[in-house]
Amino acid sequence: MAQSFERQKAKPHVTEEWVGRVYTLLCIFLLVATIFSMVYFVASRGLTTFFGDGVNVLELLTGIKWNPEGEPAVFGALPFIFGSFSTSILAALISAPLGFCAAVFMVEIAPRFGRKYLQPVIELLAGIPSVVYGFVGLSVIVPLFRDIFPGQGLGIAAGALVLSIMILPTITTIATDALAGLPSGLKEGSYALGSTRWQTISRIVLPTTLPALLTGIVLGIARAFGEALAVQMVIGNAPHIPRSLFESTSTLTSAITLSMGNTAMGSVHNNALWSLALILMLMTFIFVFIVRWLEGRSKI
Amino acid sequence: MNAKTADKIATAVIIAVAAFIVLLLIGLLGYILVRGLGHISFDFLTSAPETIRAGGGIGPQLFNSLFLLVLTMLITIPLGLGAGIYMSEYAPVNRVTAFIRLVVEVLSSFPSIVVGLFGLLIFVNLFEFGFSLFSGALALTVFNLPLMVRITEQGLRSVPQAQKEASLALGLTKWKTITSVMLPIAIPVILTGTILAAGRVFGEAAALLFTAGMSSPRLDFSDWNPLHDVSPLNPFRPAETLAVHIWKINSEGLAPDAPEIAAGASAVLILTVLLFNLVARWLGRYMYRKFTAIK
Amino acid sequence: MKKTVVLIMALVLTFALAACGKDNNGGNDNGASPTGSAAPGGDVKGSILAAGSSALQPLVDQASKKFMDKNSGISIQVQGGGSGQGLTQVAEGQATIGNSDVFAEEKLDADKAKGLVDHQVAVVGIAAVVNPEVTVDNLTKQQLIDIFTGKVTNWKDVGGKDEKIQIVNRPKSSGTRATFEKYALGEKTEDLQGSIQEDSSGTVKKLVKETPGAIGYLALSYLDDSVKTVKYEGVEAKEENIINGTYPVWAYEHMYTKGEPDAATKAFLDYMMSDDVQNGDVVELGYISANKMQVKRDAEGNISK
Repeated sequence: MAQSFERQKAKPHVTEEWVGRVYTLLCIFLLVATIFSMVYFVASRGLTTFFGDGVNVLELLTGIKWNPEGEPAVFGALPFIFGSFSTSILAALISAPLGFCAAVFMVEIAPRFGRKYLQPVIELLAGIPSVVYGFVGLSVIVPLFRDIFPGQGLGIAAGALVLSIMILPTITTIATDALAGLPSGLKEGSYALGSTRWQTISRIVLPTTLPALLTGIVLGIARAFGEALAVQMVIGNAPHIPRSLFESTSTLTSAITLSMGNTAMGSVHNNALWSLALILMLMTFIFVFIVRWLEGRSKI
Repeated sequence: MNAKTADKIATAVIIAVAAFIVLLLIGLLGYILVRGLGHISFDFLTSAPETIRAGGGIGPQLFNSLFLLVLTMLITIPLGLGAGIYMSEYAPVNRVTAFIRLVVEVLSSFPSIVVGLFGLLIFVNLFEFGFSLFSGALALTVFNLPLMVRITEQGLRSVPQAQKEASLALGLTKWKTITSVMLPIAIPVILTGTILAAGRVFGEAAALLFTAGMSSPRLDFSDWNPLHDVSPLNPFRPAETLAVHIWKINSEGLAPDAPEIAAGASAVLILTVLLFNLVARWLGRYMYRKFTAIK
Repeated sequence: MKKTVVLIMALVLTFALAACGKDNNGGNDNGASPTGSAAPGGDVKGSILAAGSSALQPLVDQASKKFMDKNSGISIQVQGGGSGQGLTQVAEGQATIGNSDVFAEEKLDADKAKGLVDHQVAVVGIAAVVNPEVTVDNLTKQQLIDIFTGKVTNWKDVGGKDEKIQIVNRPKSSGTRATFEKYALGEKTEDLQGSIQEDSSGTVKKLVKETPGAIGYLALSYLDDSVKTVKYEGVEAKEENIINGTYPVWAYEHMYTKGEPDAATKAFLDYMMSDDVQNGDVVELGYISANKMQVKRDAEGNISK
């Protein structure tokens, strides 16, 4: 009885180990397969525009006129690309100083208070769904801008402002981690030499953590770049490069959400929208590589 | 300007900015809650929406959101745990692993709309699941999987090396060590992360517009057979979640009280996300105390 | 440990179920109509998937619920996704019915569109609307063309006060825009610098209401006091003017099937055309009954009596 029990017990462990190994391997394989099929399918759709429908790549990237249903149809996506870049970079410009100050506050100035109150607040900002941001943007920011500035209130400024709040958590969290991870000897050395807190922060902390701070900013830009619904609600969606920050314009994501459902699969217009999605995807790759490069430099 | 004044000014500025951020959140939450809370009632939370009459509720949408969350998590957790365990315990240190790491990173930063479009192409059209909860759950899985992998890795890495080695030294297999020794210790970290990820599912709309659809068919809440068409548990029915409903009602709402419904639904959404956050924090702290035996 | 998780899950679910348990008769008690069942009995079986136009969705949704009450053997799922999606899915056989705001010929290739059978279930009228502060209340076709092509940029040039015109347009892919351009303007327009584009009627209405000097266009069902409806060539955008053909800016709502419909689908489409739906839900949701129309129109836009 005892003997047979022993023998049986040894075996299941080996099988179990193998089952576990194979299972986890399968999971990771599935993950990799997903991303490959994603790249494949989006690319195959997006490239049809160029190879199937004969639209020139350069024309798509640099053309400023978007008239997909006209005679002849013109596909110039530069206004969308411009819109995406300008809103997300502007959003980062607003958000980065705020996020940096919040991080310094939490790590250097009032760690206990900061950790207890500011951090949950920032995490909550991250949790608010993007449709709610869009909703608030459309009912608060847009009317406000319409009253203060010339124009309709919709446009890059409104989009960037909404986005800046949305990416604040990303930038702050990464900056906080970077500041907290700084070897304390560096700071103590600076204080010991008689520096004030601000001197320590601006001359020691900031330069050392700069790559990490930049990583946060790039990730923030990446998030803003891909955000769809909140931006679409406040940007106005005209396919033109705007003459001011308060004039209706489009981003890549807003152009896609606006027309994807209304065009038939396989039509040129629909394919062109997939090309925009492909650009979004390629930009994601670029952002990831920039982040990797920055991380490589941040070894303190 | 001497260094001391500069220091004082800088400190003041930083404190002001921190205060501004807190005020911003209070203002944001206040705006949504003040506008929405008045509209929330038991009836609002449980009744079906109306197309053109006033007085519609968000019952089915609320249910759909929760059900979609459960479905997504049912798919995400086993896959994410498996992949995370592989990455942290089994993966050899070589180029392939480095590449997989890169892939996970890329996947985690894909815009949700691209994931949604991929879902439309693959799950909705190619696999013919149609606009359904299942398609939505799969799209959200794609979206959440990298996060889950990272959380699992983080959790397993937080396990003291000595504990892992002790288990291996006792002759336990690697798998047994992982499941019986490491996972229980890692669970607080994993669970907290999972709940936060779940909150993200709750608020996601862009990826669902193209996968779970924007319609909410009639549901018979007395029929719990998942194979029936009108059963709320049928995963192959189209389903509009709360976040999508807010989007739709803001843009296409015909009901006279559409703005109030949108405000009320936003408030419900915010409160739920808030609840997720609080539960995650509480649970994390509770389990940390329990496992580390700090009384 | 596991128990705690399971317990929490169970609690959440129970709460959700308890909360949702009572609304199972919320949506369908408007089905009690005196005309009775138009479809023959409940002996036909089948399942139908109708997908597409978000503008048509509420009508099909509401009618399908009533239809299923009478025909327990048939189950109908109604999905949105947009007209393009609906036509794609029906042409490729994924959906039984493709709902569309426009003729299939306008979205699909000719050979794909040829296989589809059109069922026109309702008519939707579209009217130009302006901000309530705008003093103009009639616009001619030429004036509308001038506004939407950017030749006229101030309201004083079309008889209003001195105020800049702000266009709130629809995207190029929109069925509403296609209808408006085809029948109100008679030509396709390009998107102007600074014009606003919104896909959804609710947002268009909100922006026209709030933006000084704004002009846009909306389906009749969305009209109310918050925006001002302008006459087209002196004709008011009203139901009777559309029925007798004096107001030209309208379009059919289509339900396409691939080839002739099967028994279950046919029963449902017949029900859509029955008096029960045409005089009930169609009117209630702000459409115009297709049966009432005194004029007909084909895909090229030719009108016949």
